[in-house]
Amino acid sequence: MITVENIRKTFSRVTAVEDVSFTVNEGEILGFLGPNGAGKTTTMRIITGYTPPTSGTAIVDGRNVKDEPLAVRQVIGYLPENTPLYLDMDVTGFLSFAAQIKGIPSDKRGAAIREALEETGTMEVAHRTIGKLSKGYRQRVGLAQALIGNPKVLILDEPTVGLDPNQIREIRELIKNMAGRRTVILSTHILPEVSMICDRVLIINKGHVVASDAVGELSRRMSKTRRLRVTVKAPSEEVNPALDDIQGIQRIEAMLLGGSDKLCQVNIDTDPDKELRPEIANRLVGKGWPLYEIRSLEPTLEDVFVDIVAGDKGGEVK
Amino acid sequence: MNNTWAVYKRELRSFFFSPLAYVLYVLFLIVCGVFFNMYFSYYIQWSKEYIQMMSMRQGMANQMPNYTELVLLGLTNVMTFVLLFIIPMMSMRLLAEEKKLGTLELMMTYPIKDIELLMGKYLASLTVYAVMLIITLAYPAISSIFVEQTYWPALLASYFGVFLVGAAFLAFGLFASSLTDSQIVAGLISFAVLLVMWMIGFVDEIQPGFIGNLCNEISVFSHFEDFSKGVIDTGHVAYYVLFSTFFLFFTLRVLESNRWRG
Repeated sequence: MITVENIRKTFSRVTAVEDVSFTVNEGEILGFLGPNGAGKTTTMRIITGYTPPTSGTAIVDGRNVKDEPLAVRQVIGYLPENTPLYLDMDVTGFLSFAAQIKGIPSDKRGAAIREALEETGTMEVAHRTIGKLSKGYRQRVGLAQALIGNPKVLILDEPTVGLDPNQIREIRELIKNMAGRRTVILSTHILPEVSMICDRVLIINKGHVVASDAVGELSRRMSKTRRLRVTVKAPSEEVNPALDDIQGIQRIEAMLLGGSDKLCQVNIDTDPDKELRPEIANRLVGKGWPLYEIRSLEPTLEDVFVDIVAGDKGGEVK
Repeated sequence: MNNTWAVYKRELRSFFFSPLAYVLYVLFLIVCGVFFNMYFSYYIQWSKEYIQMMSMRQGMANQMPNYTELVLLGLTNVMTFVLLFIIPMMSMRLLAEEKKLGTLELMMTYPIKDIELLMGKYLASLTVYAVMLIITLAYPAISSIFVEQTYWPALLASYFGVFLVGAAFLAFGLFASSLTDSQIVAGLISFAVLLVMWMIGFVDEIQPGFIGNLCNEISVFSHFEDFSKGVIDTGHVAYYVLFSTFFLFFTLRVLESNRWRG
């Protein structure tokens, strides 16, 4: 559905994208991961035809973005970063404007608007002024304008940034429901988000694709260890000897927390495929130490980068 | 065409849903009203003197004042000067605001050609401006009830000239607005440049000859002089149309360059 080949984009002095190539199949949801300034937004802008690449080609739905920009824009629904909207318009008025420009004939416009409002759950704010809506609703209106005209491709630049946890969950749910029906590219720098929504992940760093994998594959790759966090009321120097004979533990690091109740925080790295929490809990409780917390830490994007980018010092794709 | 219409409607709504259009209308009407009042009092004074002279049989020394020429055409002349301040305020938000909000990125990824976007915006601002001019026709319309000397053809020819001046200013204002994402900067650029355009009209008083003539030909205001006498000269009409087209074309180029400059 989307093919990007050897895209390179340089601004007057800065190179935003060095050499990016990838394909997205029809109905697939691709997660774009990367730190700020990695080239995510620029790559997305190239696909939407907003910015022409310095070299390389982008093909959407069989058409070259450079040669047929209007035809390509017709099949793409785009939500730019920070959700720019006309704040002085009401939601319906704005969607009707978008529908008109996207070439939906006037007799079908009402139905198209209703469909977008329903899909994004913005029916109840349909007649409110966009500038007076909460951030979460604005984000949905942004999604609604991207959805109008039923585009085959959706490109969403950080759709969940700045939302409260509840809103984030709702937006994720919404995107997830599109799987199979639409081809989606979505950028984020929140790792769990990708594993929740996306079929495939593409990690970009310094203008290069550093990893491209199915979601399961990527988490397997990044989890050479699994980190557990334990909080227990115990003398910190006695924790290590109490646990270190358990099979599968790689490293134990105990540290006394401040405060009057003398709690001890322990970070434990274990083999990724082992579940050692019950045994650890048993040991600690067996010692008569009150156990406050035991949990598995989600690997952060930072961890992945340390893992993946470490062998990528020159920025070369291997 | 359809797309231009959509942008046109959106832009008009935006003008009239915000206080901007109304503030500018009120400002323009107040300033024009003050000048109208001033010219009108002057006309009355002159008429009284004329009648006095006539009764003393010394009428040869003084001409009978011409109402249309003195008051109404005088007013249109002042209007072009007031537009120097009003138009930058009207045009500064057209593109700068969309750049700041980021909605320009949205528009440029919609299936709409740059020229359709531009024309929608230009025509909308032209409409807002034309409405403002039409409202000022209330002055001559009301005064024509009391004064029999209103010569409408000359006045309308002059109004046509004012419209062309404003259209040219708007085209330049739109261009200035495409250069920056700050409305204030856009407004200042268009005001400063239009002010220079006005000032170079005086160069030939200091430096007559080729340079003076050249400056006169360039100046937006010197081409209005014939209009202010109630004359429509196609040469001057062509000047304003070309001026507008020129800057609209430049704006289009700036929009395009925004794409590759990011």
